[in-house]
Amino acid sequence: MSGDGLLKLDTVTVRRGGRVLLEDFNLLLRPGHATLLTGPNGVGKSSLMRVAAGLLAPAAGTVERADAALADEHLALDERQTLGRALAFWASFDDVSATPGLEAMGIGHLADVPVRMLSTGQRKRAALARVLASNAPLWLLDEPANGLDDEGCERLEKGIAAHRIRGGGVLVASHQQLALPDAETVALG
Amino acid sequence: MTALILRELRLAASGGAALLPLVFFLLVATLFPFAVGPDGPLLARTGGGALWMAALLAALLPVDRLFAPDLGSGVLDQLALRGLGEETVALAKLAGHWLSFGPPLMLAALPAAALMKLPGEVLLRLELGLLVGTPGLAALTLGVGALTAGLRRSGALAGLLLLPLAVPLLIFGAGLIERGKDAGALQLLGAASLLLVAGAPFVAGAALRAARD
Repeated sequence: MSGDGLLKLDTVTVRRGGRVLLEDFNLLLRPGHATLLTGPNGVGKSSLMRVAAGLLAPAAGTVERADAALADEHLALDERQTLGRALAFWASFDDVSATPGLEAMGIGHLADVPVRMLSTGQRKRAALARVLASNAPLWLLDEPANGLDDEGCERLEKGIAAHRIRGGGVLVASHQQLALPDAETVALG
Repeated sequence: MTALILRELRLAASGGAALLPLVFFLLVATLFPFAVGPDGPLLARTGGGALWMAALLAALLPVDRLFAPDLGSGVLDQLALRGLGEETVALAKLAGHWLSFGPPLMLAALPAAALMKLPGEVLLRLELGLLVGTPGLAALTLGVGALTAGLRRSGALAGLLLLPLAVPLLIFGAGLIERGKDAGALQLLGAASLLLVAGAPFVAGAALRAARD
């Protein structure tokens, strides 16, 4: 990855099921910056997020990115495990401790509760806690505020702000109003 | 890699998922004497082959729990994001799956052989065949599980895909029991099993990448 950005999409075309969602899309995310993707449902925000994560190959163009952490609609935690253990599984891959993420999202008291017992908002906090605990410089957040209450949104905003101060970058796709100071807004569609 | 194998073993142990193939195997072994009658010599002659059939069908049971839940819950996405290749994930799953399937099946073959009145040397050949053949069976389950992971109600399709591919294992596994080690059945069983073990992670890896689109 060249030194000038955490994420660089160069003339990217995103195609899903034979339909072109985005064409010649360019994006550069620098350390300390945040980019907010907006646009109506189905315009390709989530697909773009998966392209940025490297989970979906772009139909054309190139994607360069630093190490990334992703929070999307999939929780990716084992339902039968306790929240603490389930997050520790991923933390061991990232060589970090899961506890700071749990505390930052205000779900430290749920560490001994099985994942299947968590509510929608608690699940969302758990997915974000994994991102907050990771030391990846690039955060990819797909609808991070879905299901979060005001207090959860505040914690998320605080986490993002701290990450940007550390020199991290954040790509957010959201319909909710999140306080992202000086964020570049990219309207799709 | 070790963490993935351990996770696989934990998933197999939780909720008794690993017990299902064993119970199924033993059930078939129990039912077979009812079907052919309590004729000792006949049972001893046909029992080995019947147990191989039971092992084959038992291998089919975990096919829908190997990849489909991880694909749906985003675990495979998160692993890919951390730079783990799909083939590595598949290899870890193969190791974890065999550990939760092969040795327990070999253990279950002991009471099953008693139900079939198999003589001692036949039991030994059955165990040897299972030791060599179960990695191949596990690899088949893995490959087919990955290929059908994104599909709804994939059980019947998985059976249609898996059972024909298992024919070499069945032929040489049963042949080993029938003719003993001299006929080369063990070597051929090993070759078939190795081929499946070597190929399955790549098939599964490609299938997982295709399922992501």
